[in-house]
Amino acid sequence: MAEVQLTGISKAYGATQALSEIDLTVPDGSFVVLLGPTGAGKTTTLRLIAGLEQQDKGDILIGGRTVNRETPAQRDVAMVFQQYSLYPHLSVRDNLAFPLRSPILNVGKEEIERRVREVAEVLHIPHKLDNKATELSGGEMQRVSIGRALVRDPAIYLMDEPLSSLDARLRSDLRIELKRIHAEMAATLLYVTHDQVEAMTMASHVGVLNEGQLVQFGTPREIYEDPRTEYVAARLGQPRINLLPVGLFGESAPQGAVRIGLRPEHIEQGSGRDAVVIRVEHLGDQTRLHLKLAEHDVITLTDPHTGLNPGDTVAITPRNALFFDAEGDRIR
Amino acid sequence: MAQIRIKNIRKEFGDFVAVKESSFTIEDGEFFMLLGPSGCGKTTTLRMIAGLELPTSGQIFLDGEEISQKPPSQRDIAFVFQMFALYPHMNVRKNISYPLVSQGMPRAQIREKIGEVAKILGIEGILDRPVGGLSGGDRQRVALGRAIVREPKAFMMDEPLGALDAEFRERMAEELRALHDRMGATTVYVTHDQLEAMQMGDKIVVMNNAVVEQFGTPQEIYDKPATMFVADFIGSPSMNFLRFEGKLDKGAEEVSFGGSTMGMPRLNEGAEGALVFGARPEHVRLTDDSAYRAKVLATEYLGTTQIVTMDSPNGEIKARIGSEQPARVGETVGLSFVSSTVTMFDEATGRALGSALNEGVQGHG
Repeated sequence: MAEVQLTGISKAYGATQALSEIDLTVPDGSFVVLLGPTGAGKTTTLRLIAGLEQQDKGDILIGGRTVNRETPAQRDVAMVFQQYSLYPHLSVRDNLAFPLRSPILNVGKEEIERRVREVAEVLHIPHKLDNKATELSGGEMQRVSIGRALVRDPAIYLMDEPLSSLDARLRSDLRIELKRIHAEMAATLLYVTHDQVEAMTMASHVGVLNEGQLVQFGTPREIYEDPRTEYVAARLGQPRINLLPVGLFGESAPQGAVRIGLRPEHIEQGSGRDAVVIRVEHLGDQTRLHLKLAEHDVITLTDPHTGLNPGDTVAITPRNALFFDAEGDRIR
Repeated sequence: MAQIRIKNIRKEFGDFVAVKESSFTIEDGEFFMLLGPSGCGKTTTLRMIAGLELPTSGQIFLDGEEISQKPPSQRDIAFVFQMFALYPHMNVRKNISYPLVSQGMPRAQIREKIGEVAKILGIEGILDRPVGGLSGGDRQRVALGRAIVREPKAFMMDEPLGALDAEFRERMAEELRALHDRMGATTVYVTHDQLEAMQMGDKIVVMNNAVVEQFGTPQEIYDKPATMFVADFIGSPSMNFLRFEGKLDKGAEEVSFGGSTMGMPRLNEGAEGALVFGARPEHVRLTDDSAYRAKVLATEYLGTTQIVTMDSPNGEIKARIGSEQPARVGETVGLSFVSSTVTMFDEATGRALGSALNEGVQGHG
């Protein structure tokens, strides 16, 4: 496994600037998740590292070696795609062994069998090795396609939304498995997703992308608690952070601040300004209060068994507000 | 608007029973969710209310009048399909006015109605645009407009948001619910997504294998599941099931397994054999002084909270605790449970044992 470094990477497709001046270091042994909506540049970043596309500017280093001119095979990376692509006529064993049978790698028969076993154990599918790929459930197929990357020992694993086509239950199981696999194999992993839960729960570091720019890079906790911009603040957290004009609560604000960001859990009830309850949303473990405060929508959390009803009034006051300027940059 | 009462409704397709004797009542103005996994009978139930299928037996009442065997056109119910089929060669205005034109409504009146509907949906600006170039959200609004314009007694919706991506779905769900609050029309909504059901519904019917498992408000179903299926299907992560062999007497307020004794709501019935102690993740506490020990397998940071997955003497347990609380992978911790929230199940039947917690809950029926 190896460190991967991007310096000043730019890439355009015609008039569309997909990536602008990206500097990113994926430390050896880390689990980095790039988070952003469709079109933010996540997949382009992966494809550039894999060598499936060529950057317009900047350098890519794998393990300290500049790989700009290397072919995908020379770069020694393993990629897992969103859509699992298995050979339907082959068994799970043969699907897993396939990447190792490449004549370039020249891996011995016994070594192949040993690695396939090992990966099957890690993925909890040793009893499925003799099944045909078509006899597997969706979750098992995706595990096998992850396994096809894991049998190799590349410099880095690149994963492009590998869980997005699975149902919620399976996604949550595989999130934990991927994290465990990462720890057990001491792998370096770069994973892209638009799902904030995947980013928060799996990553050692999160990189937030917006329109081809890396807006912030840090631990999930840093990104959640200490966002650098309004955009980053709004990417993490369910329900979303409330963005409100400064002065709504008569609070003192730093020079230049135009908006405050209030996480739903950072609104206290019982004192402050009166807001009207619009809707009470019972999600079971938490209850969301949709409030109206002087024409502004505000969402906060409350006790699951709250007695509040639509039309009621509740006084609210902010705690730990974040301040943003007119450009959406954080003011501290 | 309308109350819809379903009484012992049943539907067979040849040898296959799609819906077994089911009863529930949808009150006037409710946003009502039919929730369950695919193949559970929820869509068949919806289609029977709309008249697209006729029940094999049982009755459906719309505002007290029996409509079970009437054709859809005589029911005054609008159906909004998944993937909202619009007429691609017509503009927005024509798509919405189509049901009124085919009813033979005078032009001036149609114009007025379209104006009202467009205002409710916030699509006044796109009335003369072709539907081909519209965004997903606008297409959805146009499809809704076509259903609303008829002013039916009730709306039937079959996974209308199913095809949308997560972020957009959340926004449309909020919009749909707000629209419902403005119009107050009885709405029956089919979904397999428990979060969507909890978020949008006034009441939920949970179906599984052609049977109504439970019927109630979202919080009631979450707090007092009638069956293991419901407990597992609702909530994310779902309820923890700690399995053990034992015997419980009526009136019991404690249960012993895994070498420890746990509190629970007083039981109104006894049970023996394979039993299940059910506890929601947010009701699991990490406490050093508990004799019930578990090993931490994984932690997942979620901002203010974290999910801790552990291996206990009775299987895997997930806890939702504050993210500031320490929990490290590999360490062993003590666990306790919020006694008043525990549900006990009989594993053989999957049914919740009657207790002080779930008195009066409407299960199977």
